[in-house]
Amino acid sequence: MASFYQLDFEKPVAELERELEESQTRLRMEAKPGEESASPGVADLQARIATLQEKRRTLLSDLYSNLTAWQTVRVARHPARPQTRDYVRMLCKDFQELHGDRRFGDDPAIVTGFCRLGSVKCLLVGHQKGKETSEKISCHFGCAHPEGYRKALRAMKLAEKFGLPIVTLVDTPGAYPGLGAEQRGQAEAIAVNLMEMSRLRTPIVSVVIGEGGSGGALGVAVADRVGMLQFAWYSVISPEGCAAILWKEANEQTNTAAARSLRLTAKDNLDLGIIDHVIAEPTGGAHREPLAAAEALRAWVVSQLDHLRGLPIDELLQKRYERFRRMGAFTEPSEEPPVVEVKPSAATKAV
Amino acid sequence: MTQTASRTWSEIRPARRSAIPEGLWLRCTSCSKMIYRRQLETHLHVCPECGFHYRVGAEERVRQLADEGSFQALFEGLLPADPLKFRDLKAYPDRLKAEQAKTGRSDAVKAGTCFIKGRSVMLVCLDLTFMMGSMGSVVGEVITRAIEKATADNLPLVIVSGSGGARMQEAGLSLMQMAKTSAALARFDDAGGLFISVLTDPTTGGVTASFAMLGDVIIAEPGALVGFAGPRVIQQTIRQELPEGFQRAEFLLRSGLIDAVAPRASLRSEIARLCDYAGKGM
Ligand SMILES: [Zn+2]
Repeated sequence: MASFYQLDFEKPVAELERELEESQTRLRMEAKPGEESASPGVADLQARIATLQEKRRTLLSDLYSNLTAWQTVRVARHPARPQTRDYVRMLCKDFQELHGDRRFGDDPAIVTGFCRLGSVKCLLVGHQKGKETSEKISCHFGCAHPEGYRKALRAMKLAEKFGLPIVTLVDTPGAYPGLGAEQRGQAEAIAVNLMEMSRLRTPIVSVVIGEGGSGGALGVAVADRVGMLQFAWYSVISPEGCAAILWKEANEQTNTAAARSLRLTAKDNLDLGIIDHVIAEPTGGAHREPLAAAEALRAWVVSQLDHLRGLPIDELLQKRYERFRRMGAFTEPSEEPPVVEVKPSAATKAV
Repeated sequence: MTQTASRTWSEIRPARRSAIPEGLWLRCTSCSKMIYRRQLETHLHVCPECGFHYRVGAEERVRQLADEGSFQALFEGLLPADPLKFRDLKAYPDRLKAEQAKTGRSDAVKAGTCFIKGRSVMLVCLDLTFMMGSMGSVVGEVITRAIEKATADNLPLVIVSGSGGARMQEAGLSLMQMAKTSAALARFDDAGGLFISVLTDPTTGGVTASFAMLGDVIIAEPGALVGFAGPRVIQQTIRQELPEGFQRAEFLLRSGLIDAVAPRASLRSEIARLCDYAGKGM
């Protein structure tokens, strides 16, 4: 297996990295231990390595600042990209995992548990797609079943009861489409989460860390603040699903077109008012520097929690309601009576 | 056999009532018997031979449910926009124009107050004939306004769903309508309101996974397909045949997911009875 999975558009970087590695190996061979003065070859090699490193940085930065929407989706799915359990390992102290929905089972596609994020005690909820093949299969590649959404809600109600804020990490291609999932009420499980999250009396911060696929993502993302990592995607359907339906066929070309049309990147979602913040990733994506990505994630989440915890709870809930209430785009002809609330003073003046 | 007689209902269903071709007889898609068209209409578009429930649009649904002349339409001026400049094989505005011309509606929802057997209710009907009843911003906004008004006026809420789910052409904004309508229902619930959700064939995707499954009481029409994922997607995922009757109303009832399967002819009395038990200020 290659040491690092390469996306096709990363080929130039891979070539540079191979050159870099070669030079570094040669340098190790030339600069023999114990020899005081470096041979002229060593100095040359060192200079070459520095140039290559600089070239690599520039190339990555150029590449990643010009990703197409479809390329962004592929970065969001990168097998080395940190997942919920990676962030737990990197960020959370004293993680106390909570299992099971008390009704049917324990869905490994959604992880829940108490943890400390810096100095903040909170409940963490996140999709887990799985890294090794066996984990991927047991997690259904991050596609949660109804029991996953019910486990999440059970844990979130505990957080509400004990006054802990909630942090959710979204990373799913979508909720699982299967026989058992349907029979156990996949739609109902998601719907109930949407309704209950809107009125949970504790602050909620959500971050789309990879894939934000449809209702399966939203089912844990009705929050006071929603952020996205820079190369994550979030939309009503995956590009492939959209292409298969609207373009009648999913292939490289239609997936590219669908991804663009869906406006699913972090920047697009920010422009549409669906999210509040884009969390910048390290140059070349979170999969290259997981620790730096984790730190950026932690910093934003903690800053939001600090702010939200200062708000009176009824104000927090009102703002959460308004956050989703204003979403959508439509026109309303002017001959219709205005629906905007007119303040009593203004109304009297008008009369 | 004449040409008109061989037309199936599903072929003419998407067309407007007025656009139904001449021809007095139709072949039932379910039992293949010949049905006299007028008889189908007087039978609420239910096959008099086999009881198959044909799909009906929002206008017809309101006509069937509301006491005659009692329906007062609300929030009618809202028009869909194209915030994403969405374009698949067709541009979204062109698709909208075509659907509007075909159906005479501005979008896939009709809302208003009415009486059902004398009980005052807020009634919302999705319209399958308009882009498969999909929920975009207009549908989400009208439903939310209807819920908010029902909350303020202490009215029982009846939503008749029939929808392919969230509208892809409004992408993320469609997805957010799921959260918006569900949050409004949370407030309605806090205020003690009665929400009766009526599921008709088909109700899937983002509509099922939001307001449609949040009814205090959920009633489905016989044979209605109701689910989160569509049967084809499930089949592609699990790579096996789906069991007979899977995701149909009767299957949902057996699975404990809905309260009742009720034939169209009894919907009015079911709703009225529920309003008497659980509605406010009756
Ligand atoms: Zn029949």
